[in-house]
Amino acid sequence: MVVPPVRHLLRAKDLADGRYFEPLTVADLAHAAGLSPAHFSREFRRAFGEPPHQYLLTRRLERAAALLRNTDRPVTEICIAVGLSSLGSFTSSFGRVYGTTPLSYRSSFPPARRHIRVPNCIAQAYGRRENRTFGEAKPEAAPYRLRGTKEDDS
Amino acid sequence: MIRIANAQFWVHDLDEALSFYTRTVGWEVQSDVTVDEWSFRWLVVGPPGQPDVGLVLMPVPGPPMLDAESSAQLAELVAKGAGGTLFLETDDCRAAYDELAARGVVFNDPPTEQPYGIDTSFRDPSGNNIRLTQVLEFSMERGR
Repeated sequence: MVVPPVRHLLRAKDLADGRYFEPLTVADLAHAAGLSPAHFSREFRRAFGEPPHQYLLTRRLERAAALLRNTDRPVTEICIAVGLSSLGSFTSSFGRVYGTTPLSYRSSFPPARRHIRVPNCIAQAYGRRENRTFGEAKPEAAPYRLRGTKEDDS
Repeated sequence: MIRIANAQFWVHDLDEALSFYTRTVGWEVQSDVTVDEWSFRWLVVGPPGQPDVGLVLMPVPGPPMLDAESSAQLAELVAKGAGGTLFLETDDCRAAYDELAARGVVFNDPPTEQPYGIDTSFRDPSGNNIRLTQVLEFSMERGR
């Protein structure tokens, strides 16, 4: 059986998931997939339902949300730690996708309940939120809660 | 008592998968039986030292087992990374990473500290996800 070409696009997605903290660009992702940037963006969108720059941004925001929940590191430091360089656009993107500021997102989680005890790949896959435009309805600030595991009861 | 014996991955090319899991990853063949009449091969691999749990490698089937359209869809889903994850544990994630990387495994991420331990991940040639975790006592202080 011939390997479906989408396997190469998965290399780009893996690069975003694994190296989001580096100054990655869509051109880097395209290179990982072995495609020209324009062709790559089209194919990535067709395969995964969203353009690569948006996937990379929402991955970085998901990681930032995890650091806000799991650590007490300052927002500026978190912004840089997830590969974003502008605090202004980080705050703005975060607000658009999470419906609140990074600090109020953090304070909405009581310290003992911040961490979700599942392998990180699961947290990354399920915790990433869809990108939103400013026109859309505001997302809920903290739609999930932890329940049902032995660890969480402790 | 019920135990988990084998888990299974769909792969695009059985020989490529066999070479990857044995030569690259360093696992052993636990079972390799071909039934010519069915054009079927029961191929089970696993890490040395754990003979009672195995990973069954099966090529994405075509007709008559699976219609051509579903077969192509399944092959594409596996290539997209939607095929599933195998969770592995090790006593030393960084050492295992170095060993496998030296043998040619391309990792998705470097060994990373998490509150539950240290872990990293890679994929097999078909796109199946493999997570390699060194479990440590849970600590929110780790991975900051």
